[in-house]
Amino acid sequence: MALARIELPREARRGEVIEVRIVIQHAMETGFRRDAAGTRIPRNAIHSLACRYNGVEVFRATLSTGIAANPYLRFFTRAHESGEFAFWWIDDDEVQDTARATLVVTG
Amino acid sequence: MPFCGAQGVALRRAPGENRVPVPSRTKRRRLLAALGAACALPARVIAQPVNAHVDPIDPLIWSLTQGRPVRPGRVQLVLPKLAESGHSVAMTVSVASPMTEADHVAAIHLIAEKNPVREMASFYVGPHAGRAEVGSRIRLNGSQRMVAIAELSDGTFWSTAVDIEVLEAACTEGG
Repeated sequence: MALARIELPREARRGEVIEVRIVIQHAMETGFRRDAAGTRIPRNAIHSLACRYNGVEVFRATLSTGIAANPYLRFFTRAHESGEFAFWWIDDDEVQDTARATLVVTG
Repeated sequence: MPFCGAQGVALRRAPGENRVPVPSRTKRRRLLAALGAACALPARVIAQPVNAHVDPIDPLIWSLTQGRPVRPGRVQLVLPKLAESGHSVAMTVSVASPMTEADHVAAIHLIAEKNPVREMASFYVGPHAGRAEVGSRIRLNGSQRMVAIAELSDGTFWSTAVDIEVLEAACTEGG
């Protein structure tokens, strides 16, 4: 079970460009590390992530092990109506997870 | 004797026959030109302006651009000049674009030239974004050149490159 934190402005004016930030708790294992016993830890990184704003995809990313552990992403989107930001991601073990945050749009 | 054949040919030649007849020479020229053309790179690769950031026939670049030219400019990649550790380095990439339906950034690709996985990330944005800027924290396997390539809605590609010094590389730790 992954943990994620999404940061959005508490509220935004209609048409305002807002910053969306997310941090996901994930090791982003490179596949090059070895554990205490010397066995190689298999690669496991989040390779795809998408964000939908009221059902419309506003951001998508394909990531690699070149993204630091506990991946952090920030991007911008235009606030047009109150609603939900739904993130979805999947890692190399085919484990999927989601996280949601709501935005209130005024004006 | 190994030279018999050659000598034989030379002896059989009359004084005026030193030159190969003209028609066959033009044939050979045409053949060489055709061979050269067949071996040459596609014209769109040769025609593109020189861009020091990217090698157009690099398979990774080709997979992104399908051979379309990548011009330097419009992209800004912000990285520290020096990072003490390559495990987590703040990165911001932005593209100068009005971000309208007609003219927006479709994708931003990051390439780390010396990472074991060169294709670091691709970010897909669109006219909804309002601002073509993405930030993250990246891993770097030592001092290297990072390249950012932006794909615009009109099908053009733009790039920038930034050199970064990394004191402690990621990927190499024993633990």
